[in-house]
Amino acid sequence: MEKRPRSFYVLTAFFGLFLLFLYGPTLTIAVLSFQGPGGGLTFPMRGTSLHWFYDLFEQQAVGDIWGSFRRSFALGLMVMVTTVVVSVMGGLAFRKKFAGSTLLFYLIITSLVIPSILISLGVGLIFSQSGLEVHWTTSGFGAQLTWTLPFGLLIMFAVFNRFDKSYEEAARDLGATPWQTLRHVVLPIIAPSLIGVALFGFTLSYDEFARTLLTAGSYNTLPLEIFGMTTNVTTPVLYALGTLTTVFSLIMIGVFLGFAWWGGKRRARAGSDAGKGLI
Amino acid sequence: MQNILKNKTISGWLMVSPLAVVLLLFLVLPIVMIVAVSFWRATEFSIIPDFDFENYEFLFGSSVTYRVFINTFKYALITWALTLLIGFTVAYYLAFHIRTQTWQIALFLLCTIPFWTSNIIRMISWIPFLGRNGIANSALMSWGITDEPLEWLLFSDFAVILAFVHLYTLFMVVPIFNTMMRIDKSLIEAARDAGANGVQILWNVIIPLTKPGIMIGTIFVVTLVMGDFITVRFMSGSQSANVGRLISNDIALLQYPSAAATAVVLLLTVLIVIGIMLRFVDIRKEL
Repeated sequence: MEKRPRSFYVLTAFFGLFLLFLYGPTLTIAVLSFQGPGGGLTFPMRGTSLHWFYDLFEQQAVGDIWGSFRRSFALGLMVMVTTVVVSVMGGLAFRKKFAGSTLLFYLIITSLVIPSILISLGVGLIFSQSGLEVHWTTSGFGAQLTWTLPFGLLIMFAVFNRFDKSYEEAARDLGATPWQTLRHVVLPIIAPSLIGVALFGFTLSYDEFARTLLTAGSYNTLPLEIFGMTTNVTTPVLYALGTLTTVFSLIMIGVFLGFAWWGGKRRARAGSDAGKGLI
Repeated sequence: MQNILKNKTISGWLMVSPLAVVLLLFLVLPIVMIVAVSFWRATEFSIIPDFDFENYEFLFGSSVTYRVFINTFKYALITWALTLLIGFTVAYYLAFHIRTQTWQIALFLLCTIPFWTSNIIRMISWIPFLGRNGIANSALMSWGITDEPLEWLLFSDFAVILAFVHLYTLFMVVPIFNTMMRIDKSLIEAARDAGANGVQILWNVIIPLTKPGIMIGTIFVVTLVMGDFITVRFMSGSQSANVGRLISNDIALLQYPSAAATAVVLLLTVLIVIGIMLRFVDIRKEL
């Protein structure tokens, strides 16, 4: 193997510092969430305890954390399923140019770049002026979709840009109907990327703040609840909550990545029957 | 029926109809509503349909507006420069210095995981680091660099930019890495065979070929920073303002028409900036 140039070691150090920059602060609050009961928001640690985690479970101390967690989780799943279905349909449609597809494409880009507070404000105004009540399952759900769908669609566009059409042609030549081609050829091939779309759909919804701000109604989602806490909670209970929800996010990411890895393995094992007889 | 489905336009729109409905209800209508409300009047308790330019007159007549817009551009520009520098370096390292694909994927994932966690938590997590008695100040004082804690670390423009860079560098790394991975390695070999040194290869081969990725990353970072209000509010301790905060303050005071007028101007600004950038890159081709 070629000898590593000196720049490799410089860049490795830079990359290491970048990772420290990315993860350091989060790790710091993870450590500080184990503060003793008398500890504050910064070091030094005054003993270690689970005091602040216990605090989280007492309703009065911090507001409706568990209710907002349940809502965020449910909303995340709703947004995830919708994002996957709508993105796949959109991705399939965009493979052919149709009248108006360019306009729609620019709308998707607009949805991505529009300042989130505009969505929040606009959706909030529509609901209030038409006498509807904003609620996380209606206005909040729709507002979040404007953020997750562009990501899902861009992933699907990337996937279909790389899609080998000869598989479909082969299926058609063998007499498969369009639906059979989709169900037994296209979907299995793009399945791993659907896990990616689902991951984006869930996590972006679960953490979304700005687009939910004026659209969630009287029942807060978790990020709104956490932001509310930053103004009036000055104890490490804030860190305990931050640590728990980050751990939850990491678990979800792990589950999605695990699925992707398992799918890849399974495909490598059972995907091809080349050279296994039946001439 | 079969013939109708064969028509490309009709079958296309059938497939995208859910998408179109969502975008119509939650993107187009809200924008229309904001534009309409920007001409309305507000009383203390309600907003009244009207058609007058008072909100815009007030907006453009106030020196605060210009200061806040300049501040917004300042944040966007500095954040853009820093995220580009860091993001390009990281992507370059991953794409050209890591030799096995497994490691590339693993390290790339390590860079992207924070993107899937909460931004608010990631902002909060700077408190123990930057605070008056935080890690940074204790370290600086124990090394004898300063005698008393620096007050400008947390709740300042410095903190705002730091948080932006922390949150949004990923948006540079991902598209730049994506384009770099598609660069034909034989081009680099050819450049080396022709006698180019490392810097020349970087400047004359890699950077020009990476431009589309840089543009996409730029679009992300610039729009995220220009549209932000929560990072500025939290990290500046409400001491600095950008356009997003102007809007959110009006909303908090129930001055919706005024908020809507500011929002319209912000949206136009962002769209013009993006429009200029899209002239340099064809997003659909680069995916």
